[in-house]
Amino acid sequence: MSDTPIYDIENLHLSFPDMAHKPLLGPAPRIEILKGISLTIPRGDVVGIVGGSGSGKSTLGRAMIRLLEPDSGSIRFEGQDITHLGEDALRPLRRRFQMIFQDPMSSLNPRRTVGAIIAGPLRLQGFDRVSQRVDQALDHVGLPRAFRKRYPHELSGGQRQRVGIARAIATEPDFILADEIVSGLDVSSQAQVLNLLEQLVRELGLTLAFISHDLSVIRRLCRHTLVLHLGEVVEYRETAALFEAPQAAYTRELLDAIPLPDLKQVWA
Amino acid sequence: MADGRSQVKRRAGARLWLSATWLGLLVLGAVFAPLIAPQDPLAQDLFGARLPPFWEAGADAAFPLGSDSLGRDVLSRIIHGARIALGVALIAGTLTCLIGSGLGLIAGYFRGWPDMVISRLVDIWMAFPPVLFAILLIAVLGTGLSSIIIAIVVIDWTRFARVIRAEAMSQGAMDYVASAQVAGRKRFSILLAEILPNVLPTIVVLLTLEMGIAVIVEAILSFVNLSISTDQPTWGSMIAEGRLSIHQAWWVLVFPLVTLFLTVLSFSQLGEGLKDHFDPVLR
Repeated sequence: MSDTPIYDIENLHLSFPDMAHKPLLGPAPRIEILKGISLTIPRGDVVGIVGGSGSGKSTLGRAMIRLLEPDSGSIRFEGQDITHLGEDALRPLRRRFQMIFQDPMSSLNPRRTVGAIIAGPLRLQGFDRVSQRVDQALDHVGLPRAFRKRYPHELSGGQRQRVGIARAIATEPDFILADEIVSGLDVSSQAQVLNLLEQLVRELGLTLAFISHDLSVIRRLCRHTLVLHLGEVVEYRETAALFEAPQAAYTRELLDAIPLPDLKQVWA
Repeated sequence: MADGRSQVKRRAGARLWLSATWLGLLVLGAVFAPLIAPQDPLAQDLFGARLPPFWEAGADAAFPLGSDSLGRDVLSRIIHGARIALGVALIAGTLTCLIGSGLGLIAGYFRGWPDMVISRLVDIWMAFPPVLFAILLIAVLGTGLSSIIIAIVVIDWTRFARVIRAEAMSQGAMDYVASAQVAGRKRFSILLAEILPNVLPTIVVLLTLEMGIAVIVEAILSFVNLSISTDQPTWGSMIAEGRLSIHQAWWVLVFPLVTLFLTVLSFSQLGEGLKDHFDPVLR
């Protein structure tokens, strides 16, 4: 293992054009989403990215795997600057950072079978033994191999999310971004998917960034936690320390918002 | 983890079979028209004019659906007319579909300036009254089968472009498109391999609707005598001629009209039926 961190992000700025306030002529004003974010993710780490809605956590994630292009600042992936790389230059790197999406129904093409969905990235990245690798990926996420022939709508929510995970791990990436991947699932599927993720991180030596608005999920899974608020880093520390003694007022606010079971509750 | 989800089977609906049967018969009739038609569709016989259909008194068995005021066999003219109707439907429908869907996909997926150009073009196009536009085009191009096809394509591509643009936009916002990008698929390849298959059901429905519309447009243009020279039987010209003698010989008007109606209805029902049949997602 080298000492180069998987991700080294410095002073990252990203903005979107505000089409609602675009003047008739001339460019639209821009809304700043990320206002100078810096963070380092060491190899093998599991980082939770948390924040309220509109805090820029998904935008940060999508910039990291370069679905979005930042305005300024830099993103270094294993030492290589990928901040402004074009799509053609990114393509060979795509194998190494993958993403699991929030809504598995929308992230799986409804017209393809599970087998074809998992094989897609493998074929595009020029892997050999595609069929075997698809089987392996299905084994890893605990789905029967017979599911290769199924369509996404024939699966349950938890099963679909496992297919999304299988697709992401099939190319043996170094880094996976998981964007709110359990927020659409019921509690028992959530637990299963989280267990699976934990196990995969251990077995495959993955580095994982886990975006969530649910602190209890982050606490369970992540070694470090990054708290975002309105596009700025509020706190970035070890999860245990952060839960023990939150330093920023905003973190405390988030922690207080976790619903805890109240045993003395009376059901009137 | 096996459950019943993959065992759901759907039977092909009655409408798919009925419409496919009617269109199948029509295609057979059109292809083998000279063999099937009992009479020469152009042969006139003024002594055998306005013969009633076979179940009425005074009918001639050689003219099962009667004859028109020039003594031409109505059934033979309908069968021969199917050639032009179906030819226009297939060629004009397909061309309109290709051009309109292509532009719609580009506008909806790439957005930006291609969308601006195509959308403004659609807006301008739709401000023209279609029938006047058609008559103008035919006046410029001259009558004939190819002019009708060109007129339909030029006027109706906007129908596809608008709908497919919206559909491509909503599909383009789905995460499977982003995930194809994460997998390293090229943009144009995403359009063809990921988005197009999901837009295809809509395209098929529109295509069959368009074929129905093409049949009607051809009939309308024949009706106002702007279609094909009168020595070729078309349903529209039959209806136009039948209108003149509606009080003496209703069958000259009614039979081509019913044929036209069933054909247009079958096209639209075929589209809906195919969409239901081939969509893997239960709706």
